[in-house]
Amino acid sequence: MATFFGEVVVAPSRAGLDEEEEAREETPEDREIRREIEKKREIDVVWSWQSGGRAEEPLVCSRFIVAIGRNAAAFLSSFILDSVCWEVVGVVKLWNEWCRTTSTTNVLPTDSFCLFYRLIADPTVLLCQCSCYVAEDQQFQWLEKVFGSMQKKGLQVTILSTCPVADYKTQESTLTLVSPFLKALKTKEFQEQVCCPLLEQPNIVRDLPAA
Amino acid sequence: MFVPCDRGGGSAAPDFKGFTLLMPAVSVGNVGQLAIDLVISTLDMTKVGYFYTDCLVPMVGNNPYATAEENSTELSINAEVYSLPSKKLVVLQIRSPFIKHKYRPFCETLLSWVKSSKCARVVLLSSSHAYQRDDEQLLGTPLRYLLTPDLEKAVGGHMKELNWKEMEKVAAYPGINDTDKVLHIPGGGITKLLFTESCSEGIQMAVLLKFCSEGDNIPDAFVLVNYLNEWLQLIKSEVSNPSSQWKIPSSWRLLFGNGLPPALF
Repeated sequence: MATFFGEVVVAPSRAGLDEEEEAREETPEDREIRREIEKKREIDVVWSWQSGGRAEEPLVCSRFIVAIGRNAAAFLSSFILDSVCWEVVGVVKLWNEWCRTTSTTNVLPTDSFCLFYRLIADPTVLLCQCSCYVAEDQQFQWLEKVFGSMQKKGLQVTILSTCPVADYKTQESTLTLVSPFLKALKTKEFQEQVCCPLLEQPNIVRDLPAA
Repeated sequence: MFVPCDRGGGSAAPDFKGFTLLMPAVSVGNVGQLAIDLVISTLDMTKVGYFYTDCLVPMVGNNPYATAEENSTELSINAEVYSLPSKKLVVLQIRSPFIKHKYRPFCETLLSWVKSSKCARVVLLSSSHAYQRDDEQLLGTPLRYLLTPDLEKAVGGHMKELNWKEMEKVAAYPGINDTDKVLHIPGGGITKLLFTESCSEGIQMAVLLKFCSEGDNIPDAFVLVNYLNEWLQLIKSEVSNPSSQWKIPSSWRLLFGNGLPPALF
């Protein structure tokens, strides 16, 4: 496509296509490199009871609250978490181009981390603060490894996350919207009252909260 | 991969034996996906399940085909299956791009699901970059079709009657050797891979595609869905205005952004 100044530019496709990927056949070296990168990008979920060498039984969980992103994680830190009622029971170790998390549980708010806490008074209540960015190819893995450790019968999951107001699609301009505001999505199995209006089309949620 | 919806009453998994599977390729302008939206919305198709896959970017929202308050709260995700048994039609809608290096595993799993669910044939709606057309392709219709050898025997004659144009092959080494011709669908996403795999696995597949560019692709979607309708006769179309019979889904609102702030003026 030619621009105003006469240069020819390839327009990025909304369909998210990667033409090069299609055209090239993978050599054994490419495959090896790709496998190494995949191994490096693997997610590791470490629970506090695993170091004892016990057999892994699924965690019995009745409520699981997941805060994704720095704002949601900060909300939990400010209003819910404290060292008296909650104990750290797990950590996610991952690496991608944007961040790396470690297995340390002593984190600063500015660090990238993904920690799991359990309510001491009721050990079936679990909380997760995920302030690190989980890349597209890691989201499914995160999901399978975290939920794979849980017994899911009777489990209620609440996901907290934030999006920029500018991304919200509405008839009026977002400039006049009173923000911040809450919107929700719920499965049909969730029968309780939701505390805010439901998210209207054409708005969608993507990435880890969606997964 | 395919997870049927729980419709209650212990209903069995849906049976797609002998059905036509209609699906989009995530391609330039998202034309195939927009056309599929029109089909699902107009025929008021029922969701029968979804694909549980790690190959597509996750997304979720409320019902994109909602017509009233009551039906607007059903969750919708990135790969869902709808069916209309009266027309023996099953439709797959894909709503997000492929994750890097995952399009090949997705194609393999999809084709094995097609075989195991005994669909009679697959119709793939796609598009290709308009700027890659050669001089001859610039003239005449921007619509093309492709048929796998098995489907060619069944419906090839019908395509000739409809006066449809088959997608041309291009020289493998242009400028050097014009005799080796290959299929080239730039901007078509998984179209070429699905088509070549279907040819080698004996799956009856038809590809319907339109040359287009990124932009407002709603008119392209209408053209493609009317092209499909010439063959499959999903709806009765009026000769004068074939596009008027298709119902635009509510999720197509605000495709190009929000309203403008009054302070701008």
